[in-house]
Order: sequence, then structure tokens, then C-alpha cells
Amino acid sequence: MTSPDATETAICARGITRDFKAGQSVIRVLHGIDTDIRSGEMTYVVGESGSGKTTLISIMCGILWPTDGEVKVFGTDIYSLSDTELVNFRLQNIGFIFQQYNLIPSIDAASNAAVPLIAQGMPLEPARAKATELLEKLNIGDQANKLPNQLSGGQQQRVAIARALVHEPRLVVCDEPTAALDANSGRRVMDLLREVAVAPGRACIIVTHDNRIFDLADRILVLEDGRITHDGTDMPDDH
Amino acid sequence: MLWIAIRMLTGDAMKFYGLLFGIAFSTLLITQQLTIYYSLIERGASGVYNAPEAEIWVMDPVSRTTEVNYAMPATALDAVRSVEGVEWAVPHLRAPASVRTSTGDLEGVTIVGVDDATLIGLPERMLVASKDILAQPDTVVIDDTGITNMFEDGQDPIGERLELNDQRAVIRGVADSIPSFTSQVTLYTKYSQALNYVPGSRNRLTFVLVGISDGEQLADVVDRIEAQTGLKAETRDDFAQAGVQFIIENTGIPTNFGITVLLGFIVGVAIVGLTFSLFIRDNIKQFGALKAIGVTNWSIVKMVTAQAALVGSIGYALGVVGTVLFIYGFSGVPTFKGFFIPWEIPLVSLGAVIIILAMTGWLGLRSVMRTEPAAVFR
Repeated sequence: MTSPDATETAICARGITRDFKAGQSVIRVLHGIDTDIRSGEMTYVVGESGSGKTTLISIMCGILWPTDGEVKVFGTDIYSLSDTELVNFRLQNIGFIFQQYNLIPSIDAASNAAVPLIAQGMPLEPARAKATELLEKLNIGDQANKLPNQLSGGQQQRVAIARALVHEPRLVVCDEPTAALDANSGRRVMDLLREVAVAPGRACIIVTHDNRIFDLADRILVLEDGRITHDGTDMPDDH
Repeated sequence: MLWIAIRMLTGDAMKFYGLLFGIAFSTLLITQQLTIYYSLIERGASGVYNAPEAEIWVMDPVSRTTEVNYAMPATALDAVRSVEGVEWAVPHLRAPASVRTSTGDLEGVTIVGVDDATLIGLPERMLVASKDILAQPDTVVIDDTGITNMFEDGQDPIGERLELNDQRAVIRGVADSIPSFTSQVTLYTKYSQALNYVPGSRNRLTFVLVGISDGEQLADVVDRIEAQTGLKAETRDDFAQAGVQFIIENTGIPTNFGITVLLGFIVGVAIVGLTFSLFIRDNIKQFGALKAIGVTNWSIVKMVTAQAALVGSIGYALGVVGTVLFIYGFSGVPTFKGFFIPWEIPLVSLGAVIIILAMTGWLGLRSVMRTEPAAVFR
């Protein structure tokens, strides 16, 4: 494992291609993507629906095999790992924030946030205590014992953020984190995410098409028809 | 992770109770029906169990059970008594008869004639009067289940006069006996008296009940009786089994109960399978998220197994307790007299529950295993 470095390459993707079968035909969703994601940055992957952005981050974080190409996450060629090694790699190194949060409805906020620690083998109470500390940092410590359906959308999103960060991963992947939130809540969540998820030695990738939050990005990759058409600190003028 | 699995299950109260109901109902149906089946066919051996002193039953070679018998010459008794190893041998008569009650009703009964001197052949316990009451003239003792068949509710049978083969009989006692398979009324009387109550024929000795001498082996004495007398001899256990086997072979009971037990199993599979697959489907996103986060398939298998084990153990316990309460609750009803749950039956239903949960759990797991972690991003 490499030592944390604010500017190290977190993800090195080379020649990423992904095909999907649709009946008799094969659809190529990604066309030989080459890109690097750096630590200490908040990188947005932006594009229209069907442009391949979700497929790209799924491959980058080790949950979808590419048809061709190589992905190194912090120097590890993740698709050369065995299934078990890859699952364990994700558990140790990657935090996920899903669009629909995917919180477990029957356990409270602290337990939901503690899931990665429990999965790593930490006993329940210490895991909950550590998760509660993080919830307090996210200003919802007083909601730690509430079930997800007793929380607002913004609060649930914070629980999801806590779940993504509680095990101190080196890569945080967010899928449309503001899609289910109003403008103000979305802005607050992104400010918060920037505050807690972006850190030296940690990379943060966000898939979004919410133009209200583009100004918070350190870097924006624009995907069109499975190809990166823009790589810069701002959105291109024609978008 | 197992704690999370249990909370996922119990947190969805409707499905959790649905699963419990499915398992409990299935267990109840299987356990209760097997118990009734077992207890019912055991009644095919009630005639044997009601004469506990007899170690060997001797009969005409064509006789099959206590109810399906063919009378022997009276000399068979002496022939059996002369066999080495026979400590005692007494006559025993079992024959059908029709009885006319004081109200004029006609009832089919079984007359059991027991040894005049020793009263061997009577059930072990009496509910009303003592066994000595048979010494009084024209006395019959009725079995307790027979009272409900022959008399109206609350009517005291003691002192009731009956007409048997133009002879007077007076009920003077009630025996605590195991009902026969048909629950037909049984009247016990002395052998010499029974000869008068049963329409005359040349041979009327249906069985010889035998006790063996100390130090003798049952099988040896059985062989000797058969070799020396040409009669059929069976140990108590073998003859009891013959009665049970006769019911199994000659009635549709095994098939009917088998169908009910199968239905219980199918209902269990249907309810539990449907509810469990709904539960898995509702939680598929959560399972997918867990897989994406880094929970291994093996951990998911353990989670689903823990959920199935929890539902199975509680549902099974409820089903067995329900059966116990059913049998206990109906123990006072003559129809269910003597019914009990042999330890093997809960084991059988436990096996059925395990199969139900393994089948439905496997179906649920398949969909979880097939779920790609990437599906959570779609």
C-alpha cells in the first residue's frame, strides 16, 4: 500500500471498454477510456443519461468488470484480484454513497453508518460509537438512534455519507448525491461532502448532472457516448 | 452482520409474522396430522394393549388381529398349557354381538370374555367398581369410550340392563381402556358368561393368553407352542404390530393422512417461499449495497441462513406447542383418548421445516447472489 500523498494518482484507468448485450446485438458503452483520478480532489463525472458515466465509475470502483482495459486503484490492478480479494479491497478502500441512499430501514442511523465497520469484523457497540462520532461531525448526532424513515431526505443523505466515510476509505464514490434533494439541501450536502470527503490521500468521484453544484468541483470530466470529451476545472461553455 | 440480518427480518413485521405463520401452520399441520395418524393406527393394537398381562397370544393360524380372528377348539387351551416354558395359559374370547338397550336401541358391541379365575384379559385399570365385580351374576363391564356411544350425555350406565343373545346383562363397572380402531363399544365379562352372550357355534375360544416361566425366552416359547400345537403364537409386541399393520394395509388412512401431511408441506413451501421471496425482493437494493460496500457472498449466505434459522426455530416451536395444546385440549374427548405425540414426529416435522426453509432460502439466495453490486448504481 502506498503512503498517502495529496497529489498521488488514486485511479489509473487505461483503455477501458465495456460492452453490453442487448438481445442479439452488442452495445459498446465505453470506448477505450484513459484517465487518472487524483487524490485530494473532488472529481465530477458529468454527462447525459446513457453517456456511460455510471458504467465508468462502477468499473473504477471495482463492482463491474470491464470488457477490456486496466484499472489500478492506489497502485493495485483491481481486476487481477480474486473475487474475494476484490470484495475485501472494496471494503477496506472504498466508500459508497448511493443515489437512493440504500440505508437498511430496520436499523437506526448509527448502525447504518457503522455497516462497513461491522462488515470488517468490528463488534457492534464500538462500531456504533465510532459511527455516532461521525454523525455528530455531520451535525446529526442527535438522530443517531432514529430509523431511516424517521429522518428527512437530507438527514438520510448525511447518514449515507457517514457510512461511506466511517471506515476511512481512500476513495469515495458518489452517485447523484443531490438528485433526491432540493437546491438548498443539495448545496449543503455537497459543502459537507467537500469538507469531510476531500482530504489528502483520499480521492472523491461524484457522478452528477446537477449543474447547481458544478462550481464545487476541482475537476470535471464530461462523458459523451462513452468517450471523455472534456477534462478541466470548469464545465465547457457549450454545456 | 448476523445482527443486521435479524434486524432486517424482524424490522419488516408483516413479512416476519407471515413467515412465522407459514412455518408454524405447516409444522402444526404436519405434526398434528402425523400424531393423529399414529395414534389412530395404534388403536389397531388396542385389544393387545388392553390385556397387559399376556406375553404371548396363541390363536388359529388364520387369525390376523384381535378383531380378525377365527375360533379354535376348547382343547387348544390344554395343548398350550402342556408346552414347556408356559407358566400359565388362560382362555380369551373376543366376538362381535348385538345388544339391545333398555330403551330398545340396537348397538353392535365386542364381547370380551376374560379368564374366570384370574380375570387376565381385563384392562389394567377400572374407572368404576373393581375387577371383582365380575363375580356377580350377569355382570358386564363397559369400556369408558363405549359409554358415550351407547348412552346419552350424563346418563349413568351403572345398573343398566342389556339384552345379549336373549340373555340378561347388567353393567356394573367401567374399564379404563384404549378405544378400538372403530371405537365400537366393548363389554368385558367372564369367559364362562361370554359363552352365553355370543351366539352358539362349535368353537368359540378365540385366543389363549400365555405367560412364560422365569428364565425362558419369548421367542423360544413361541416356537415351541407353534411346533407342538400347530397353532399360531405371537409375542405381545408382534401381535400389536400385526394389528397396526392390518389397519395400514386395509384402509385408506395412510393415503389420506399422507395427502394432508403433503398439503401441509406444500402450504409451508408456498407461504414461506412467497413471503421470503417478497422479503428478499424488497431488500434486494440493500443486499446489493452491502455487496458493493464489501460484504462477501459467504456473509450474505450466512445472513440469509440466520434469517431462515430464526424464522424456522420460532415458527417450528409455535407449531409444536400448538400441536401439544391441541392434543392436551382434546385429551378429555373420547375420540382422542390416549393420543400422544411420539418423539419421532416432531423430528419428522423439524426435517420438513428444514427442507422448506432450505428450498425457499435457496431460491431467495439465488436472486441475491445474481444481483450485481453495480445494480445499486442503476
